Amino acid sequence: MVDVPVSCRSREYPLFKEKDVKILVTAKRVEDPESKIKVKPDGSDIVREGLKYKINPFDEIGVEEGLRLVAKHGGEVVVVSIGGKEVQEQLRHALAMGAQRAVWVNHTGALDQMGVAGLLQKVVEKEKPDLVVLGKQSIDDDQNQVGQYLAEYLGWGQATFASKVESLESEQEKSKTPALQVGADGKTVQVVREVDNGLATLECQLPAVVTTDLRLNLPRYASLPGIMKAKSKPIEELTPEKLGVDVTPKVQVVKLASPPERKAGIKVPDVATLVDKLRNEAKVV
Amino acid sequence: MLHGYGLYEEEHEAFRRTVRAVVEKELKPSASQWEEQEEFPRELFTRFAELGFLGLKYPEAYGGTEAGELYEAVLLEELGRCGSGGVAAGLGAQFTIATGPLHKYGTEEQKQRFLAPAIRGEKVGALGITEPDAGSDVAGLRTTARREGDCYIVNGSKTYITNGVRADFVVLAVKTNPEAGRKGLSLLVVEKGTPGFSVGRKLKKLGWRASDTAELFFEDCRVPVANLLGGVEGQGFPQIMGNFQWERLSLALGALGSMEEMLEVILAHVRERRAFGQALSGFQVVRHRIADMATAFEAARQLTYHALRLHVGGEYAIAQTSMAKKVATETCCRIADECLQLHGGAGYMMEYDIQRHWRDARLGPIGGGTSEIMTEIIAKQLGL
Ligand SMILES: Cc1cc2nc3c(=O)[nH]c(=O)nc-3n(C[C@H](O)[C@H](O)[C@H](O)COP(=O)(O)OP(=O)(O)OC[C@H]3O[C@@H](n4cnc5c(N)ncnc54)[C@H](O)[C@@H]3O)c2cc1C
Ligand SMILES: Cc1cc2nc3c(=O)[nH]c(=O)nc-3n(C[C@H](O)[C@H](O)[C@H](O)COP(=O)(O)OP(=O)(O)OC[C@H]3O[C@@H](n4cnc5c(N)ncnc54)[C@H](O)[C@@H]3O)c2cc1C
Repeated sequence: MVDVPVSCRSREYPLFKEKDVKILVTAKRVEDPESKIKVKPDGSDIVREGLKYKINPFDEIGVEEGLRLVAKHGGEVVVVSIGGKEVQEQLRHALAMGAQRAVWVNHTGALDQMGVAGLLQKVVEKEKPDLVVLGKQSIDDDQNQVGQYLAEYLGWGQATFASKVESLESEQEKSKTPALQVGADGKTVQVVREVDNGLATLECQLPAVVTTDLRLNLPRYASLPGIMKAKSKPIEELTPEKLGVDVTPKVQVVKLASPPERKAGIKVPDVATLVDKLRNEAKVV
Repeated sequence: MLHGYGLYEEEHEAFRRTVRAVVEKELKPSASQWEEQEEFPRELFTRFAELGFLGLKYPEAYGGTEAGELYEAVLLEELGRCGSGGVAAGLGAQFTIATGPLHKYGTEEQKQRFLAPAIRGEKVGALGITEPDAGSDVAGLRTTARREGDCYIVNGSKTYITNGVRADFVVLAVKTNPEAGRKGLSLLVVEKGTPGFSVGRKLKKLGWRASDTAELFFEDCRVPVANLLGGVEGQGFPQIMGNFQWERLSLALGALGSMEEMLEVILAHVRERRAFGQALSGFQVVRHRIADMATAFEAARQLTYHALRLHVGGEYAIAQTSMAKKVATETCCRIADECLQLHGGAGYMMEYDIQRHWRDARLGPIGGGTSEIMTEIIAKQLGL
C-alpha cells in the first residue's frame, strides 16, 4: 500500500483576494484610562499597586483597522508588544480580536522612544510587513514619537493621525469609504487625516508607517470564540539582544508631578454676576 | 485576578473584560433611564444573542457556544455591575431560569421550538412557578392542567413572573395530578397568544424596576400535550429543583458583582468627600467599616465560588449552594445599607446610584427561594 499524501485539507482551493496585505500593529500595555493615577511622593514613578492595565486605546484602534483591511484584502495582522511577561495579556487581547500572530519583545528595563522604535525596526525587518500601524501616542506618557522615529529609521513614508469623523459605527457610516485604504494595485495606501479645517487625504507608497487617531473606528469586542482561538495562536518571543538593539535610553524621566489641584467652582445666581466676575475677577472679558 | 484562583482561567478573565466593556458601553449609560421608564429595550435580547451571551452553556446544535457554566458565571457577575438590577434580571431570566429547564429536560422538538429561538434572542422566555397563594411552598401550587385529548386544560394564576409581560413563552409549573402532592407537578410550555392565557398587570416594584414583572392568568387555556416538558407527567418537582441550583448560584453571583461595584464607588466617595477638615477616609472608623465590608464581601465571594466549583464539577451541592445564596444576597443588602449610610444625605437622593443598589439588593434574600427557605434546606441537609 502506498499512502498518497493529501495536499490540502479543504476541498476547495482558497480564492485569491484582491491583494494580500501583511500588517504589523503595536499593542502597548498601559494603565487603564479609567484608573486614578497617583504620583509617588518622591516623584520617581506613579503608584502601581492596584492599577489595572489595558491595551493602549490607540493601538486597539490600530488592531481594528488592521483587521478590517485584512478582511477586505486577505493577509494577516501581526501584533507586537515590548515589555515583561505581563504584556502577553495585551497580545492575547489583540489575538482574541482576530489578529493571527504575535511577537513579544521581552524587555523589562527602562526604554525611551528611540529604543522602542529601534526594536520595532528590527521586528519590521524580520517580518517585512506592507504596513505598520501604531497608535499616534500611548495614553501613559503621551509622547507621540515612536511612529515618526520608526518611519525615519526604516526610511519609509509615514501618515500620522489617520482619522475620519464619519467612520463611526452606524450602518450608514460603515458603508462609507474608510480612512485607511490600500490601493487596488497593492502598492500604495490612502490615509485620511484630520487637519484644522477639514480633512486631508494622503497617498503613501507601501511599505509605510501609519499612526491612528481616536476617531478612526470603534474597535470590536473580543468575542468568546475569538478568546478561545487566541489560546492556541502563537506568540514568538524575542529580546533586544536577539534583535541586536542597544536600548540604553538617551532620554531619562527626571521627575513626575501631579497637576495642581483644581479649586472648586462656584455657582452664580444670574448672568449679570457672571459677567461681572468674568470682567473684574477673571479679567477675561 | 487572584480572587478566582483555581476557578477561573485566563480565558474566563479575558471574557470578563469583554463583558465588562459591553456593560460599560452599552448598559451603564442607559441604566438610570431604563429604571425610570421601568423597561429596557427588547433589542437587548437580540444584542446579547449576537454577542453569544444567551447560549454560553448550551450546545452548538441550538445555537449556543458550549463554553460552559463558568463563562455564564462571569457574565452574571459582571451584569451585577451594570447599575440596574432589572436589566440583569430580565436578561438573566432568559438564560438562567427560562431556558435552563428546556435545555436540561426538554424533548428535542421542544428545544428546537423554544430553546434555539431563545438563544437567538428571537423569543423571550419566562419561568412561572410562584402563585398568589403559593411561593415558597412549591408543592402547594394550585394551577391545574387537566388532560383532555391531545391538550391540557390549564386553570389558575401566577404572579411576580419576571419577563412576564413580554414573554413569548412561559415554562409553567402546573398540577397535572392535584392529589399527588409534589409528585403531581409538571412543567408545561405555554406560548403567548394561546387562547385563555392573559397577562394581568405589570407590577410596580421597590427595585429591579427595569425588568417586567407580571401576573399571568389561565382560564381554560388549551395547551398541546407536545408542550409537556420532557414528555412525562409528574416530573415537575425534580425539574424545578434541578434548575434551582443554577438560579440560586446566579443570584449569588449577581450579588458579588453588585458588591464589587458598590465597594469601588464607596472607596472613591470616602476619598473625595471631606468633613471636619479631612477626607472621610481619614477617619479610622470609616476605614475600618470599609475594611469590614471588604472582608464580608470576600467571605461571600469565596463561599459562592466554593459552591460554584462543586456545581461545575458535577456535584449536586444543595447545601453549599443554599449557603452561598443566603450569605451573598444578605451580605449585599448589608453592604448596600452601609454604603448608603456613608454617602450621608446624598445616599438618600435618587440621583446617586447607591439608592438603586440598596433597593435592588433587597430582592436577593427573597427571590429564587427566600433566606428562610435556604436555612431550612441547610438544616435538612444536616439531617435535622
Ligand atoms: C422581583 C421578583 C421577581 C420574581 N420573579 C419570579 C419568576 O420569574 N418566576 C417565579 O416563579 N417567581 C418569581 N418571583 C417569586 C419569588 O420566587 C417568591 O416571591 C419567593 O419564592 C417567595 O415566595 P412568596 O412571595 O410566596 O413568599 P411566601 O412563601 O409567602 O413567604 C413569606 C415569608 O414566609 C417565610 N416562610 C415561608 N415558608 C417558610 C418556612 N417553611 N419556614 C420559615 N419561613 C417560611 C418566607 O421566608 C418569607 O419570609 C419573583 C419575585 C420577585 C419579588
Ligand atoms: C431628606 C433629607 C432632608 C434633609 N433636610 C435638611 C434640612 O431641612 N436642613 C438641613 O440643614 N439639612 C437637611 N438634610 C441634610 C442632613 O442633615 C445631612 O444629610 C446629614 O447631616 C449628613 O450630612 P452629609 O449629607 O453632608 O453627610 P456627610 O457629612 O458627608 O457624611 C457622610 C458619612 O460620613 C460619616 N462621617 C462624617 N463625619 C464623620 C466623623 N467625624 N466620624 C465618623 N464618620 C463621619 C457620616 O456619618 C456619614 O456616614 C436633609 C437630608 C435629607 C436626606
